[in-house]
Amino acid sequence: MRVIAIETMFEGAGCEDASAGEVPKLDLPLARREFLKGSGVLMGTLATGSVLAALAPSTAWAVELKTLSKAEGEAVMKMGRVLFPHKKLPDAVYALLAKDIDAKAAGDAGAAKMIKDGIAALNSAAGGIFAKASEKKRKEIVKGMEGQPFFATVRGQCITSLYDNDMAFKVLGYPGSAWEKGGYITRGFQDLKWLPAPPLEASPKPYLG
Amino acid sequence: MAKFDFGDDSVVVIIGSGAGGGTLANELCQKGIKVVVLEAGAVQSPQTFINDEWKSFGQLAWLDPRTTSGTWRVAKDFSGLPAWICKTVGGTTTHWAGASLRLQEHEFRVKTHYGEIKGANLMDWPVTLKELEPYYARAEDKMGVTRTNGIPGLPGNNNFKVMYSGAKKLGYQDVHTGNMAINSQPRDGRGRCMQLGFCFQGCKSGAKWSTLYTELPKAESTGNLDLRPESHVSKIEHDDKGKVTGVVYFDKAGKEQRQKARIVCVAGNSIETPRLLLLSASAMFKDGLANSSGQVGRNYMRHMTGSVYAAFKQPVNMYRGTTMAGIIRDEAGHNPKRGFAGGYEMETLALGVPFMAAFLDPGAWGEDFAWWMDHYANTAGMWLVGEDMPREGNRITLNGNVKDKWGLPAPNVHFDDHDNDIAMRNHAFAQGEKVYKAAGAIRTFRTPPYPSTHNLGTCRMGASAKDSVCNAYGQTHDIANLFISDGSQFTTGGAENPTLTIVTLAIRQAEYIAKQMTARSI
Repeated sequence: MRVIAIETMFEGAGCEDASAGEVPKLDLPLARREFLKGSGVLMGTLATGSVLAALAPSTAWAVELKTLSKAEGEAVMKMGRVLFPHKKLPDAVYALLAKDIDAKAAGDAGAAKMIKDGIAALNSAAGGIFAKASEKKRKEIVKGMEGQPFFATVRGQCITSLYDNDMAFKVLGYPGSAWEKGGYITRGFQDLKWLPAPPLEASPKPYLG
Repeated sequence: MAKFDFGDDSVVVIIGSGAGGGTLANELCQKGIKVVVLEAGAVQSPQTFINDEWKSFGQLAWLDPRTTSGTWRVAKDFSGLPAWICKTVGGTTTHWAGASLRLQEHEFRVKTHYGEIKGANLMDWPVTLKELEPYYARAEDKMGVTRTNGIPGLPGNNNFKVMYSGAKKLGYQDVHTGNMAINSQPRDGRGRCMQLGFCFQGCKSGAKWSTLYTELPKAESTGNLDLRPESHVSKIEHDDKGKVTGVVYFDKAGKEQRQKARIVCVAGNSIETPRLLLLSASAMFKDGLANSSGQVGRNYMRHMTGSVYAAFKQPVNMYRGTTMAGIIRDEAGHNPKRGFAGGYEMETLALGVPFMAAFLDPGAWGEDFAWWMDHYANTAGMWLVGEDMPREGNRITLNGNVKDKWGLPAPNVHFDDHDNDIAMRNHAFAQGEKVYKAAGAIRTFRTPPYPSTHNLGTCRMGASAKDSVCNAYGQTHDIANLFISDGSQFTTGGAENPTLTIVTLAIRQAEYIAKQMTARSI
């Protein structure tokens, strides 16, 4: 069995050396888990046979956290699911959010405190562990935090963490880069069949050389 | 590439290399005039452009600090990013969608045609459509605009099919794949559109016109162009007679340089152009250069905009093919019965998943937002773009509290929607939704304006030096050898995407500058 490390995602506009959001095919033996130095490791498996299984060498995934604990990472993942609930997106995508929030905390003591305090507030509002509260309760708790910096940080981070990666592209039906495939000139840019084709004066035939 | 001396005061210095600056540079070089182009951004190419929305944004967008104020929603949603324009060689012609429409006859004389509108600083242009027609024709030929010069229209994609179907059911007549500066067949040494779907990210096939790989290389081949990328101009200097003498800029290494000039043309887009004139204030020109009218930075327009997205039962895959794949022009005229002055265009628009998440409904969260993202593959989209009202209070000012990396005050962009803009937007939203409902939409959504791409009017042209910054040729009223060469010249905005008109004005300005130089009047 192998572990897939999900690399840091694009973290904001202007970041030039961000990875393309693919799931890197690393051959990292499971046995090495114990050597991961982070304070927490999030793990899971992609459903076998899911459209995403083809993207990865194995259905198992793991994300290493540097500053947040495993429990804190799980709280962030659950908060991400409350904010942007997609039944079809696997936990592996929400783990990217936890990883990016962890990276924010790792770079800045003030941010780390705000994030850790925010997670503590989620747990406290749940009267225990936020991630284990009922779906209804989690929604109420998150709604109650709207407008706070922690809420804004997590919500804002979701936009790039959840929606700018190959797993989300696959699930939502967006193939990303088209250049290396020759664009869509011969790959279905006008393949919609459930409406009539416009007349040629409105939409001439493509030039195919 | 030519190299001119810093002390060569016979050159024309052009600040900016986009639709205005890049075109002007080529036109002047072709006439044998020596030109130095100072471009703040770096050089990219179709090879280095990236089919990835965020990465491309990081590569091309102007991300220097800017601030916002006013009641427009952009100030709330994107407070540090009032405009989505570019800092790269070729400027925003790398990012633009390619829509190339002439302004309508009445849009050059709106004060006469619309009458007085309270809270709007309307003024007629000092030039008419008739005078511009020959130059529009040259611009269309230069840019290879479809449905002109015998160039066929582009083939419509799925997103256009949906728009067309709904538009026709609604009774709209003028619906087609547009007048686009995108090659529908090979032309001018460039290939045809490959329907990549990444027009906004720099066209990797080179089918879309951009000064980066048309005007600038053509200018270079004359031996008269000295293009200096990564050169950020901080000041325009003048002598004691009030003539400009050159510019100060920071080069690639961050070193301050001084380039002498016979003429300076400013084409930095409608935020940076007035900012530079204001930054160049001196003992002689206390309010900034060319600002005796007090209009520099004022009358900032950004077009009435908004988008409608619609979800259908079946797939659309709107991301495939040209971003702006078709247009409905029936609402473009002036018809006050609709409850507002001016008109608007309806143009297809598609975003990828990353930008859909960022722009569909900024700040939103929850099940409804997730529903829309879940329906991405079944979504069609259109952009609404119309004439907005020029207002004196909508303006670019210097914000002394925020500095850029050279220590210069950042521009603040203040904008309050005029009631006319709001009435037009609501009408356009309603019509857009009707189009998609007629095509069978299960749900429609009104997306608020994106950061501005059509920045206009901040150094308006006019007949009188009292209430305008430049004349009909972009020559400033106050300083004969200082020109405005971009969309800042626009007296009013019209409903149409502005690039074609910017290019048209640049061609005409080049002719004027050459004549004035020959006559030794400047």
